[in-house]
Amino acid sequence: MSGKNCVAIASDKRFGVKYLTISMEFPKMFQATDKTFIGISGLATDVQTLMERFRFKINMYRMNEERDFEPITLANMVSSTLYERRFSPYFVEPIVAGLDKNNNPYINGMDLIGCSTTACDFAATGTPEDQLYGTCEALWEPNLEPEELFETISQTIMSATNRDCVSGWGAVVHVITPERVITRTLKTRMD
Amino acid sequence: MECIFGFTGKDFVMTATDSTVAQSILIVKSTEDKSRALSKRILLLFAGESGDTVQFAEFIQRNVRLYEIRNGVELSTKSAATFTRRELADNLRSRKQYSVNLILAGYDLTTELPSLYQLDYLGSSVSAPFAAHGYAAHFLFSIFDRYHRPDLSLEEAKALMKMCVGELQRRFLVNLSHFTVKVVDKDGIREIAI
Repeated sequence: MSGKNCVAIASDKRFGVKYLTISMEFPKMFQATDKTFIGISGLATDVQTLMERFRFKINMYRMNEERDFEPITLANMVSSTLYERRFSPYFVEPIVAGLDKNNNPYINGMDLIGCSTTACDFAATGTPEDQLYGTCEALWEPNLEPEELFETISQTIMSATNRDCVSGWGAVVHVITPERVITRTLKTRMD
Repeated sequence: MECIFGFTGKDFVMTATDSTVAQSILIVKSTEDKSRALSKRILLLFAGESGDTVQFAEFIQRNVRLYEIRNGVELSTKSAATFTRRELADNLRSRKQYSVNLILAGYDLTTELPSLYQLDYLGSSVSAPFAAHGYAAHFLFSIFDRYHRPDLSLEEAKALMKMCVGELQRRFLVNLSHFTVKVVDKDGIREIAI
């Protein structure tokens, strides 16, 4: 979700098989660069495999180029990594969110074969995708300040995951500002 | 129908596997050990398609040992779990995948902490204070949610293990007469009676 010179990304923390919850501490997002995060929803094994592959590629890029990925470049890297497996895809839907070198927000959502869509407002994936878009549409407005953006994205993810019986069980929110990244965990319903 | 589970205590991990080998409706053995020691303080429990299980567990066991010989250091539990997960995940997209569910229990001397990883046949890995696979999970997670604490002493852990086994033998349709219970701590891996 984008704001005024800031961007926020949030995920729930559940890991489960069908209706059995196995873990409530399953990270689905990771920090790619100082001002960029990748969040991945979908099949847990592919989420973990891709996190490892992206981390490898990001580190290699940093060492080869002696600079960090710009969010748009990162999104293209993610997209082409997914399209490499066009005919036996990873079952994931990633979101790239970050601030570019001019501190303008950048948000990109992708499907499982890397067809990417850049959004100026918000992007959502996962099982409660429909609910997320609904609540985003209702709560989001342009040019939110970091604290307002945190409140908006938190209410959005809580409202959406509470209506979805296979997601929730806690949530994590990262708000990326030019100065720093604010990370907060949300207490949500645990049922 | 197989049950493998485990939980962490204050400075140890306690694990249990049922000792039954069944083919179709027939019990062919009731003293099977469904675990392999990856190193002195890492134990791998396995359940799943017979054949695949032992084959995969020993493949991991030998590779972890090879790493030790080559590099002169032991793998941490986390590293062993990451390696095992990646092998499963890569194998998933092959022509014939392994159908093995695993639990990795270990004690790290560097951090002096016990750790437990639950890995399924797809290659998803989670670090958790307690883990269970198969039908056992449906019975045991609620017991763990209620009675498990991270600072369990060995005696309390034995009592919790008795509750778990008791619940399975009372409420689970399948007759699981024997369980192999092991403890992993700073002294290594040992089998205990509960």
